[in-house]
Amino acid sequence: MSLRDPLAQARGLGSAKDGVRHWWVQRLTAVALMLLVPWFVCLALGLIGADQFAVRATIGQPLNATLMLAFVFALFWHAQLGLQVVVEDYVHGWLEIALQIFIKFACVLAALASAIAIGRLAFSL
Amino acid sequence: MAAQQRPLSPHLQVYRPQITTVMSIMHRATGVLLALGAFALMAWLVASAGDGESFACFQSVAGSPIGKIALFAFTAALVYHFLNGIRHLLWDVGWGFEIPRVYASGYVVLALTVIITAALAFVALNAGGAA
Repeated sequence: MSLRDPLAQARGLGSAKDGVRHWWVQRLTAVALMLLVPWFVCLALGLIGADQFAVRATIGQPLNATLMLAFVFALFWHAQLGLQVVVEDYVHGWLEIALQIFIKFACVLAALASAIAIGRLAFSL
Repeated sequence: MAAQQRPLSPHLQVYRPQITTVMSIMHRATGVLLALGAFALMAWLVASAGDGESFACFQSVAGSPIGKIALFAFTAALVYHFLNGIRHLLWDVGWGFEIPRVYASGYVVLALTVIITAALAFVALNAGGAA
């Protein structure tokens, strides 16, 4: 049984044209981060004062590399969704569109750079 | 047709700050700050994967007074956003909408933020010293 109003189905996904997807992905990444942040904090605390060799070896471990990859993807996805809402609320006109595009590009690039870095540590032993 | 200057409601300048509104805007502010922190995390990962020079460069920036202040701000913002985010998720599943519970959970989040941030700062200062 669907809880959706038949009228909503007839008219499509609303003015934003993506229904509740933004809201839902924001919650989904929030739950993922709720699980990954405690792990990350423990890892980061353990690496305070560590030299580069120790940092590389720790992040390069398969389990740590997997979780770090999941963490940065969830983090930059969640950050992009959150920044998008802030810009939608406070910035208007052409600056809004330019900022939205800049934020999306920056978050995707940062996530890719992080993935490359993690991959280099995970595969270089 | 010229836009009329209509009064805004609620008028934020004369609206008494309440724990609900203040914590809501704090959630946004810490979220924006943590987005910057995410880019710092990326810099750390890229520097670690790079040569010794890039890692030393990151360490000198993170270890500088401004870097330490930034790391502390990221930590405090992360703790607050994490705890208040759980509060938001509980609201999303329908728990704690009654005003007394909204206030109680708000004070719990604020108190835990101070305690956990202080504990993390204590551990961090005693762990390395160098970085």
